[in-house]
Amino acid sequence: MAAPAPEHRHELETIDLYINVGPQHPATHGVFRMVLTVNGELVEDCDPVIGYMHRGNEKLPENCDYRQAIGYHDRTDYLAQFNTEWTFCLAVEKLMGLEVPERAEYIRVILGELNRVASHMMWVGAFGTDVGFFGTPFMYAFREREVIQDLFEAVTGERMMYNYFRPGGVAWDLPDDFEEHCRYVIEHVRRGIDDLDALMTDNEVFLARCRGLSPVTPEQAINWGLSGPMLRACGVRHDLRRAEPYSIYDRFDFEIPVGTQGDVYDRYLVRMEEMRQSLRIVEQALRQMPRNGPIMAAGLKRVLRPPPGEVYARTESPRGEYGVYIVSRGGDKPWRHKVRGASFCNLSPLREMVVGNYVADAIIILGSIDIVLCEVDR
Amino acid sequence: MIGDNPWLDGLLRLLVIAVAIPVAVIVLNYLERKVIGRVQNRLGPMRVGPYGTLQAVADTIKLLTKEDVRPHSADRWTFELAPYVVVVPSVVALVTLPLTEDLFVRNLALGLFFILAVSTLSIVGLVMAGWGSDNKYAILGAMRSAAQLISYEIPLVMAAVAVAMVAHTPDGRGTLDLVQIVDGQGRVPYIVWQSLAFFIFTVAALAELYRQPFDIPVAESEVVGGPFVEYSGMRWAMFMMAEYVNLVLLSVLASLVFLGGWNWPLGNQVGPALQVPLIVLKTALFILFFFWARAILPRLRIDQLMAYSWQVLLPLAFYQIIANGLVLVYDWPDVVLGLLSGAGTVAAAYLTYRMVRRPAPLRARVPAAAAAREVSV
Repeated sequence: MAAPAPEHRHELETIDLYINVGPQHPATHGVFRMVLTVNGELVEDCDPVIGYMHRGNEKLPENCDYRQAIGYHDRTDYLAQFNTEWTFCLAVEKLMGLEVPERAEYIRVILGELNRVASHMMWVGAFGTDVGFFGTPFMYAFREREVIQDLFEAVTGERMMYNYFRPGGVAWDLPDDFEEHCRYVIEHVRRGIDDLDALMTDNEVFLARCRGLSPVTPEQAINWGLSGPMLRACGVRHDLRRAEPYSIYDRFDFEIPVGTQGDVYDRYLVRMEEMRQSLRIVEQALRQMPRNGPIMAAGLKRVLRPPPGEVYARTESPRGEYGVYIVSRGGDKPWRHKVRGASFCNLSPLREMVVGNYVADAIIILGSIDIVLCEVDR
Repeated sequence: MIGDNPWLDGLLRLLVIAVAIPVAVIVLNYLERKVIGRVQNRLGPMRVGPYGTLQAVADTIKLLTKEDVRPHSADRWTFELAPYVVVVPSVVALVTLPLTEDLFVRNLALGLFFILAVSTLSIVGLVMAGWGSDNKYAILGAMRSAAQLISYEIPLVMAAVAVAMVAHTPDGRGTLDLVQIVDGQGRVPYIVWQSLAFFIFTVAALAELYRQPFDIPVAESEVVGGPFVEYSGMRWAMFMMAEYVNLVLLSVLASLVFLGGWNWPLGNQVGPALQVPLIVLKTALFILFFFWARAILPRLRIDQLMAYSWQVLLPLAFYQIIANGLVLVYDWPDVVLGLLSGAGTVAAAYLTYRMVRRPAPLRARVPAAAAAREVSV
């Protein structure tokens, strides 16, 4: 090894700065932590740290009755509770070969799609704050979320942990004025989406920040196991509602929005468009829904005892593919219970997307992934 | 002059300033919350006092009585002096700011220069705060603020200089005396002849105030308040006070230099009863603009911000100065000045547009708005 050239000794020594973004930081959407190595304003390395929110959400249901386990799915992805409950119920139904009544299927579709809108609203609001809005998109989005949550509250009695879907149907019937209420929600939210569109989509500063930021190619996206809006923003037209229509999704007419660049702006556009498409599905479902009828499969025992076997059910949650894997040995509890979380998988290429960008962009890229830490850490 | 004693006169005038600043800060704080609340579809403060009018007073009391926390590893004197270094220049600059023809503490012949020079000093305080806090967010924010404030100081000064060059005075053209600059705008305010300078001044002022879209040094979602992250209580309140004092300072300055101050359109002879409301109205317009920008714009990135200053604002500011110089040398009429500056404004608008909407390598985008609206179910 040659000795360093003498003139080097006269240069100022520079060292990289480690910046700890999280677990207590306004932009980490929970208790995520990333250790950024920055050189001035450029990110040279990013070390994501997860696990602060680990509560054993996969293990706990193994000690629960099949119906008790639903509550734990509310608590994994706490922004898409209906979708997660739905996935678990689908898995149990598959295991037991249950036939879900028509009306219950429609109820599930309506609530699941509205939940998708509510989740995307949450994302738009938080993302707006990440990009640097002084809370304006946040307030706009939360106004709409509030309207949707009022509907959920009227149906389930809860604002957060609904626990409303059950294997074989739903827990109880809808309130009498549900249809009216739901149409009001759709109108309100549609206007709200237009408001957000007017505020953000063509906002010059927003464009300058988001366009062309961290583009992901379709090949990369597939290799990294991205799903949901993250995948579709890259131009891959893959949506489980269309690719393998679970429940009754083959009866509805809706578009699957895809992006072209896979950049942050495309992720935003895809989610905005998905909200509109979800409202379309809800409208169709409202028209087609049978006015009355059973909401629970007949002849279910008080304690569910699925036959031995294993099953994997997956649905398109707002963040992507949410899957539940259950192994049953015939008892009243799942022998093994595993969750495939969408935002955990979407978060995994964070380092590849962040390195080489500015610190400010790292925040935006993290925001654009739409992580829910309870689901990442489970 | 009030009374015969110049000392008493100066003291009384200073007293007016000393009382006016905290009042203005409290009022502006309340108004900003109300305006932004309005934009964001909520009420803003409503609980303390009728319509929340006493909210800012309550906050002031809270801040005054809060513990003054100093981090264990902070550089003590740098940390503790930084708020003063930020707030004192802003207040000192107010001393020469005329509100009407005879409502000021001391009018200087170099008033414009003095205000711009003194208010620049607060950068030092921000860097001191960032360094003294011994916090990585703070130092990152301080570096950002140093880069940003220095880069935008130049276009700001250049825009002001451009107006000072062509200001009409009783004995020809060109002055730095703010009273004379205002009196020169009897018929037409300088915004008409110097629209480019006005544009540059407003944008640079927005950056100097580190408000959206230029709130990069204090970005909440990135550096968590930047240099102020470790401050609490009184010291933090001083930073906030400096922010609002600067807001008032630059707004008043802009309305004096570009909108004709107390003079246009009522003329010079109407007396303070009309002049004061006039200047307050013009200042309020600027302040409202700054509030509005904060409510609806996200944040630029540091490199975009610097590029905009050095690649767009600065060359255009030089263009404005050269154009003004040509007009002065050849003694062209003011109309030429207005046309040249107007052409520059158009160029600025075009350049801004191009920087933001660069032809991106796009094929068909996501059918965002149009597609969804035409589908009816």
